[in-house]
Amino acid sequence: MTEISFVRDRFLTAEKPPVSESTALGWIHRNLFASWTDGALTLIAIAAIVYFLPPAIDWLFLSAVWSGPDRSVCLTVDQGGLLPSGWSGACWAYVNDRFIQFMFGSYPRDQLWRPLLVVAMFVALLIPMLLPKVPRKGLNAILLLIAFPIVAYVLLLGGYFGLSHVETPLWGGLMVTLILSFVGIAISLPAGILLALGRRSKMPIVRTFAITFIELIRGVPLITVLFMASVLLPLFLQPGNNIDKFLRALIGVSIFASAYMAEVIRGGLQAIPKGQYEAADALGLNYFQKMTFVVLPQAIKLVIPGIVNTFIGMFKDTSLVTIISMYDLLGIVKASFGDSGWITPVTPLTGLIFAGFVFWLFCFGMSRYSAFVERRLDTSHTR
Amino acid sequence: MAVADARTGSGDPPKVSLLYNPALRSYVYQAATLILIVWVIWYAWSNAAQNLARANMTTGFGFLNSRAGFDIAQSLIAYSADSTYFRALQVSLVNTLVVAACGIVTATIVGLLIGIGRLSPNWLVSRLCTVYVEIFRNIPPLLVIFFWYLGVLALLPSIRSIFQHVKDNPNAVFFISNRGIYMPAPIFGEGFGYVIAAFGVGVVAAIAYTAWANARQRATGQRPPVLNVNLALVLLLPLVVFALLGRPLSFDYPIPGSFNMRGGMVVAPEFLALYLALSLYTAAFIAEIVRAGIRGVPQGQSEASYALGLRAGLATRLVVLPQALRIIIPPLTSQYLNLIKNSSLAVAVGYADLVAVGGTILNQSGHSVEIIAIWMMVYVTISLVTSLFMNWFNAKMALVER
Repeated sequence: MTEISFVRDRFLTAEKPPVSESTALGWIHRNLFASWTDGALTLIAIAAIVYFLPPAIDWLFLSAVWSGPDRSVCLTVDQGGLLPSGWSGACWAYVNDRFIQFMFGSYPRDQLWRPLLVVAMFVALLIPMLLPKVPRKGLNAILLLIAFPIVAYVLLLGGYFGLSHVETPLWGGLMVTLILSFVGIAISLPAGILLALGRRSKMPIVRTFAITFIELIRGVPLITVLFMASVLLPLFLQPGNNIDKFLRALIGVSIFASAYMAEVIRGGLQAIPKGQYEAADALGLNYFQKMTFVVLPQAIKLVIPGIVNTFIGMFKDTSLVTIISMYDLLGIVKASFGDSGWITPVTPLTGLIFAGFVFWLFCFGMSRYSAFVERRLDTSHTR
Repeated sequence: MAVADARTGSGDPPKVSLLYNPALRSYVYQAATLILIVWVIWYAWSNAAQNLARANMTTGFGFLNSRAGFDIAQSLIAYSADSTYFRALQVSLVNTLVVAACGIVTATIVGLLIGIGRLSPNWLVSRLCTVYVEIFRNIPPLLVIFFWYLGVLALLPSIRSIFQHVKDNPNAVFFISNRGIYMPAPIFGEGFGYVIAAFGVGVVAAIAYTAWANARQRATGQRPPVLNVNLALVLLLPLVVFALLGRPLSFDYPIPGSFNMRGGMVVAPEFLALYLALSLYTAAFIAEIVRAGIRGVPQGQSEASYALGLRAGLATRLVVLPQALRIIIPPLTSQYLNLIKNSSLAVAVGYADLVAVGGTILNQSGHSVEIIAIWMMVYVTISLVTSLFMNWFNAKMALVER
């Protein structure tokens, strides 16, 4: 009897995965040289990187001067300095020397613990606010948005409790940038909610006012609003008033931010299904109960990414106060270019790269957080 | 029965206190709002009147007719220090529009390329585009302007080294210095108008020819050559006229003067810094919009068009892009508006735009209310016109549903 059945008694050894799937060569083929045009693009990109990256790294780090007392360390021999002629590189010594000024402006050096304490309190209140798992968000928000500003106001400006009075023209640097954007957001949130509700109101006068205000402010550049606050505000107040310049900038920024915030919140209000409004009506809630307990909590949760984006925009836009001669981070960096102790050909570029990096760090951090919240709130079905 | 009774009831609406009457409440709220607004305006107005009276200032737009007395470096329309304030504002408005228009075109092109690049299957290209977007999106535009103006353009060769360069190369016509880019200025000779007219005729003929070609394709299924014929009409026709007229065009070359280059055409570093910064900054946002728009078109759409036998290029042009545009246009509009508004940052580097010139007039004449009113009016008008145009374009592109 011949054996016609075949019974496999052992497994074949597994084949190696195809070269195109597993090796680095395969990855390069798939991702960099899939077609002729792809290959050409890759080569152009590599050429660009090779052309720009090493000089940039050299300028920023290798040739850079890291420490020194004055500008002579960043000047070449022909310019009256110490470095060989033809040298060019970042002058970090200058940033190093001016660092405290870039952070706090001309704030009295013996009082620096006050802004530092404010920063510590802010961080301590902000971090639990940002982490979704930490409970007691309501209390946290009240502390951050109501109690903290009062304490910070007293600490920074002084004049009470034996703290010496520090006038606002002495404030400057990153501190001013942060204060302007924090106050802007703290005022624009409630003002934006009111404006958004006004714009969706059925009362014609209220609606017309809200629409006019929002569209007028959104239609013009921030600079004109800042000019308005700094030039017209003293004109429109009691004769002989002497309204603080910093306060004027704060008002300008807040007005501007409120109009943008109103549009973000209106988007959230529109996204709430009609049934929610009707259900609240059916429960016998009046307008304010309906809004505070049913509609707004849902609407604001929906637009948190939009709010964060508005905040990023405002954080960047506060740099415009430089133009009405206030010294925020960018303003103070730019003002220091004229500082005779550090005038060199590389000072402006170094200072701007430093300021740009600080701005970038804050904005990038915020945009990452916004993306994280967006993913968390995203309830759509993705495969 | 009880239900019916309750419904028919006595016929009167239930007695509600006047305090809870929604209509009355609405009137009260609106009256309160109105009174508040009127009071704020009245308060501001009366204070302003007092303040102005103290400073011996008059109000009104009459001052616009007085002599300006300051020079504007870049004016595309005739202007001198003897012109009026009104003329100065016109010059500055033209400058604003020029930088905004140049910025919008460049930002759109760069943004489109970067946005498509971010979706590229090429790993390196997509990473580079991501780096670009993440850098420029997170830096204030004002800082980018300063970066170009103080960090890059100020480091270009000085005018003295350009003079040396001219001595060494007498034939050079194109110079890059820290005072701007110098190039030959065209001088249009007699009869150049005919060349422009020929160009106009060519464009009209090209549009007509394309319409005819489309109609023919619909009728017969065959497409006549469109691109080549159109190129010939638009480019060749004016060139032929130009040659026939004996080339009525000469150039004014920049030559070294005593302190500066004379003649020719110069692109000022202020304009360049502003233009580059606005374009590159806005391009990062446009790139994100383009990417979102293209990703918003379902994969099935391009798969379906391949299944119908369309090539990749045609599928993109006829199927994917029209659908992506619907997603892209509304946010693109707001980016254009942002760019126009950001052009007011010109004041930081001294490019003579509306805000810079207005600020000078404000400081000279002290008419702050009027100048700020003019600013608001002009910017709101520009914004409105741009949104109207983009809304029209959007309506043209929008999905026509049954």
